[in-house]
Amino acid sequence: MIKFWKPFRVILSIVILLMVAFIFLDFRQNISSSWYQTITYLQFVPSVTRFLTVAGIVSAGFIVVLLLTLIFGRVYCSFICPLGIVQDVISFFAKKFRRKKFRFKYGKPKNMIRYSFLGIAIIPLLFGSVILTGLLDPYSNFGRIFTNLGRPLYISTNNLLAELLIRIKVYSMAPEQMASFDIPAVIYSVIILGVILVMASKWGRLYCNTVCPVGTFLGLLSRFSILKIRIDQSTCNKCAKCAIACKSQCINLKDQSVDFSRCVGCFNCLNACEDKSITYRLSFSKKDKEPLKVVEQAPEKKNPVNQSKRQFISDSLVLAGAMLGIKATARAEDKESKLIPIEKEFPCSPPGSVGLKHFNNSCTACHLCVSACPNGAIRPSLLQYGLEGFLQPFMDPSAGYCNFDCTVCGEVCPTGAILPLTIEEKQVTQIGIAKFVKHNCVVHTDGTLCGACSEHCPTKAVKMIPYKNELNIPEVEPELCVGCGACEHACPVRPHRAIYVDGLEVQQIAKKPEIKESKEGSLEEFPF
Amino acid sequence: MKRRDFIYKGIGAGVLTSVGFHSELLGSVLPGKTFGLASPYDMVAIRGGEAEVMFEKAIASLGGMKAFVKPNQTVVVKPNIGWDSVPEKAADTNPKLVARIVEHCLRAGAKEVYVFDNTCDNWQKCYANSGIEKAVKDAGGKIVTGKSESMYQEVELKNAKILKTTKVHELIMSCDVFINVPVLKHHHSTTVTAAMKNMMGVVWDRGYWHRNDLPQCIADFPTFRKPDLNILDAYKVMKKNGPRGVSVEDTITLKAQLISTDIVAIDAAAIKLFGAEPSSIAYMGKAVELGLGTMDLDSLNINRLTI
Repeated sequence: MIKFWKPFRVILSIVILLMVAFIFLDFRQNISSSWYQTITYLQFVPSVTRFLTVAGIVSAGFIVVLLLTLIFGRVYCSFICPLGIVQDVISFFAKKFRRKKFRFKYGKPKNMIRYSFLGIAIIPLLFGSVILTGLLDPYSNFGRIFTNLGRPLYISTNNLLAELLIRIKVYSMAPEQMASFDIPAVIYSVIILGVILVMASKWGRLYCNTVCPVGTFLGLLSRFSILKIRIDQSTCNKCAKCAIACKSQCINLKDQSVDFSRCVGCFNCLNACEDKSITYRLSFSKKDKEPLKVVEQAPEKKNPVNQSKRQFISDSLVLAGAMLGIKATARAEDKESKLIPIEKEFPCSPPGSVGLKHFNNSCTACHLCVSACPNGAIRPSLLQYGLEGFLQPFMDPSAGYCNFDCTVCGEVCPTGAILPLTIEEKQVTQIGIAKFVKHNCVVHTDGTLCGACSEHCPTKAVKMIPYKNELNIPEVEPELCVGCGACEHACPVRPHRAIYVDGLEVQQIAKKPEIKESKEGSLEEFPF
Repeated sequence: MKRRDFIYKGIGAGVLTSVGFHSELLGSVLPGKTFGLASPYDMVAIRGGEAEVMFEKAIASLGGMKAFVKPNQTVVVKPNIGWDSVPEKAADTNPKLVARIVEHCLRAGAKEVYVFDNTCDNWQKCYANSGIEKAVKDAGGKIVTGKSESMYQEVELKNAKILKTTKVHELIMSCDVFINVPVLKHHHSTTVTAAMKNMMGVVWDRGYWHRNDLPQCIADFPTFRKPDLNILDAYKVMKKNGPRGVSVEDTITLKAQLISTDIVAIDAAAIKLFGAEPSSIAYMGKAVELGLGTMDLDSLNINRLTI
């Protein structure tokens, strides 16, 4: 029985990893978007955020995780957390490729670091801001890595195969257009992936016991778990096989104790022990003479990871500054062009996100909507929302526009930042309003007809009205506009478009287009 | 199309407009590519039936699809699949009509029949929701993406006035027979969209057209390659809010269809069907100037059919 836990964990975790990874990669929408919330249901931070915004059974996933932890310990970290499972995959391969025989050994808990990160994640949450929680959340980091790094790789592979097939006149596999890289999101993902790669290949699950706030939080809870890993001191011969197999480095052979607050529930130790001296059993069973000793340690004077964190923050600020600088130079160059630059007051948040405040306060920036949006209209932000919305997705009409008949982002959002809308609600949800800049329009500047904006408008909020020389020019009827951005996307004028969508601070209800029945026009005779 | 055919046709078109030749004569000069040999008609106009039924009857009066498609040829059928819309809204070509055309091409011996469009909305949604993807696959045709830039090749348009170069889908360059299957619709900027406007779906950068005198670019493009056959779907016609449409109420059920090899003539007739005057549509005059065809419908031999 005791040997059953590890294979069970390995199989289940691989299934969960593949499912969660696939929803971030699935650019052909093979999995129906209605499945997404089931797949992400148990993800801890999104579920907590969802509980804070909408509550109800849809957000009870984290309660299930809490109960699981109270029974089994931090099994979340080994069975459910995609970033945790990825680390297991990394250390599995790191072990294979290492020449020297690899062995883990006991390490002291880094309490100062882990509780600092926990504080960083929790304290802002109490004040309603989710941004730091989101930036540290393992699921959201997994999402960002897969959206910003994994997905481009996956699509490139698809495209390479498709191009090869096209060469031989087989058109069954279509290349997919790649979204442009979002540099800040890519950089952040690379940093997290780098940290994970190094830490996982050297120290197993050290990340989960230092940086990860979910791991630390569940660790506090797992002290009270019903089932725990225990060493039977009467039969243990201190062969150290369990400690060598322990990715969390939490088995202390000196006093034959297990720091269960750091144990991620991988059960490797159970299968490593030949004498069955290490067991997984009821924590209050009588057999257990030696009570669990939680190894505490005095705070370290110097804190290397905090240093690196500080470094990271300053790096990000430098980066943000550089970006602003680039933007500013771009603006300066534009002054030479005769076109008026677009100044948006607010970015558009996705439809169903109520308003900027609701969205910024509940989005963990996992980028699942970025991956799921069939039109590529949702992109990770830089400073569009300000610093408190760093990396949170926004609607970017230059990349794509919101499909009028689509409700996918609300269906998939695991945090409640984008609430699900019915198609009827969605079609009147106004996320922004189109603004026409006549000065930039080709009808005005070149005296030729165009109308690309009106052509794409799903509600005909952008319509063409008579202008000089029998030409028509666009006009916006703001009440009809839903802010989908199709007009801005289609506008051919560069570098500054002649029509753009300015976001709304609070999303509103647009007027429904009036529907007048056309006269039945059956043809009695040909008009020629 | 072979290079020689292309040159012949170009010369033929030039002669046609400058001397005022009747296109029947052109037909006899260019065997196999126009109706000339099999049929005395320049155009077939049919009304009163279902789209695919009208097509059966109309194509039969031109000697069947075998007059246009020879055994072992590759065919491109280019419908309008521009919008993520359902067939009832008639923003895209009637899927039953597209399927029937594909079947006829295959029956005439075509090696492959490809269908694509460079869509405006998300291409997979357009292909699926228009009903065209399934209809074409069921009919034995091959659906190809129009949304991959690597499949477009830069070409030079020597006779064009503004659109001197553009990137064209490789299938348009490599196919033997190019069949244009537009749907007749209202269009907010060009007033009407029909056969010539439908060609915007075989090039990569439509924005260039919009930036640089759209009507001239619409007229310029067919100087590169004219469709070998145009089949205009006017079964359901979007009368307002085009080309995307807001609701089903934007359409009327006209139950009509036109077939012609002359892209200008078919547009002239289509514009009249729509209820507008061909000379009032900006790209029509420009197309005639470029010698692409005629909009003088009285000079044509039109076979008018009713079901």
